[in-house]
Amino acid sequence: MKLDLLSSLYVFMLAAFIGFEVIRRVSPLLHTPLMSLTNALDAIAVVGAIILAGEHKSNLAAILGTIAIVAATSNVVGGFIITDRMLRMFKSSGPKKS
Amino acid sequence: MNNFAGADTLIEICYFIATALFILSLKWLSSPASARRGVLAGEVGMALAIGGTLLHHGIVDYKWVVIALVLGTIIGVPLGNVQMTAVPQRTALSHAFGALCVTLVGTAEFYLRAPDIPPFMMTVLSMEVILGSLTFTGSLMAAGKLQEILPQRPITYKGQNFVNLGLLGAAVVIAVVLVAHPEQMRLFPALIIIPLIFGVMLIIPIGGADMPTVISLLNSYAGLSAAAMGFVLNSKLLIIAGALDGSSGFILSVITSKAMNRSFTNVLFGGFGQIQTSAAAAKEERPVRSATPEEAAGILASASKVVVVPGYGMAVAQAQHKVRELYDSLTKRGVDVTFGIHPVAGRMPGHMNVLLAEADIPYDKLLEMDNINGDLPQTDVALIIGANDVTNPSARTDQGSPIYGMPIIDVDKARTVMVIKRSMAAGFAGIDNPLYYLDKTLMLFGDAKNFVGNIVRELSGGDGHG
Repeated sequence: MKLDLLSSLYVFMLAAFIGFEVIRRVSPLLHTPLMSLTNALDAIAVVGAIILAGEHKSNLAAILGTIAIVAATSNVVGGFIITDRMLRMFKSSGPKKS
Repeated sequence: MNNFAGADTLIEICYFIATALFILSLKWLSSPASARRGVLAGEVGMALAIGGTLLHHGIVDYKWVVIALVLGTIIGVPLGNVQMTAVPQRTALSHAFGALCVTLVGTAEFYLRAPDIPPFMMTVLSMEVILGSLTFTGSLMAAGKLQEILPQRPITYKGQNFVNLGLLGAAVVIAVVLVAHPEQMRLFPALIIIPLIFGVMLIIPIGGADMPTVISLLNSYAGLSAAAMGFVLNSKLLIIAGALDGSSGFILSVITSKAMNRSFTNVLFGGFGQIQTSAAAAKEERPVRSATPEEAAGILASASKVVVVPGYGMAVAQAQHKVRELYDSLTKRGVDVTFGIHPVAGRMPGHMNVLLAEADIPYDKLLEMDNINGDLPQTDVALIIGANDVTNPSARTDQGSPIYGMPIIDVDKARTVMVIKRSMAAGFAGIDNPLYYLDKTLMLFGDAKNFVGNIVRELSGGDGHG
């Protein structure tokens, strides 16, 4: 258990550094889609909620898990849809495709 | 038993691939050309992760899981199809939903595990629910202010910072007690309720112009709380997704607060509100020059280089499509039209870019502040549509101004400045803009959408009569 937490800390640190390096390179043009995309990805928390609701270890856990799934799924679905809608709008004025 | 092990390996493989896809997803977002591939990578990763989780052998009850997934989808689809002008409040609302999920899962985990919770576990669990609950109410407040259900004007009162710090301190103290004595289960509800109140109090004093930073900061908190949840559940996938979201929000908060020359603490703990009122009180009447759409159209038509500086006012007036018509009609006449986008124009980072892209303006015409400022001395006309503070030259010159030191778009260096504005009434921020009183400035009074529409009509009318 102790070792798990320690390796989790390493993972967190490395992911934070990767996040900084990758996201620094995102063009300011796309900062709004960036926020909606990270929001959708962050809703991966839904996996924790699914296990809570599905395992049904207690009624409280199942109820809270079910509400949590609804909240996170709406972020997954809504977040991906709106990010893609926004990105489809960005067009270059360069050589026109006919 | 063997089947379980097989399924577990499969689940781990799904999570592993999903993690890689999430990182690629953000990497591909670096340029508009590859960005849509990034969304696809994210979607595939998410589908793998959710699909893999459903194989989890501990799941005994699929009924509610499926119902919840369907219900979430039903709510998510309209939230993904809101108007582009509503994107800031949608984003705030989704931060609230994300934080709600994390808080509920954290609460359930506490009651499943208590009273035998090791100190480190209780520490991350406390962080999860504190960050989750304050982000939940804070984001709801922000969404309410952006949607104008709640008053946008900052509400300040004496001792506000004291109250806020006291609330946060109380939550931390309770967390410390619970780490030492996890069997004190009746303390746990306070660990949620106090941060819920703190979230409300934190956003009450924040005004509309600070929203880009606040939204980014809430984004960061939502990410960190999800990462804390990853520690609790020992899920590397969740830790990584949370860390990516957290660093994204953090970077955006740094960019936006730099763009206002303010620190986080200054944004969150105010002090700005008070100065604003005194600055507004010192305002005096001075003469300005105004112009009609015909005059404006004449000047624009004879220019060779025009820079448009949009702001929140353009979004409010929904003027972006008329701006596109103006862009077309000027470009057709051979006028070089570009757009200067300030990092905090609008209500969230990148807000103006999305609106202009929606109106089909090519993204290579949308230039960042640092790239446009070098062009402005060679610019014939700077046309400001619904932007104010981000063009205020006193940020460069007047040390007494509350926005002194804030980087601005140097529109006053252009040969002619045109400002589309409803009236001379002090704007939301209440800071006077000396730009309006310059000899080279023409005030175009009216609704942004109508005024730009009238200019376009004058320009095309000119075409028709030779």
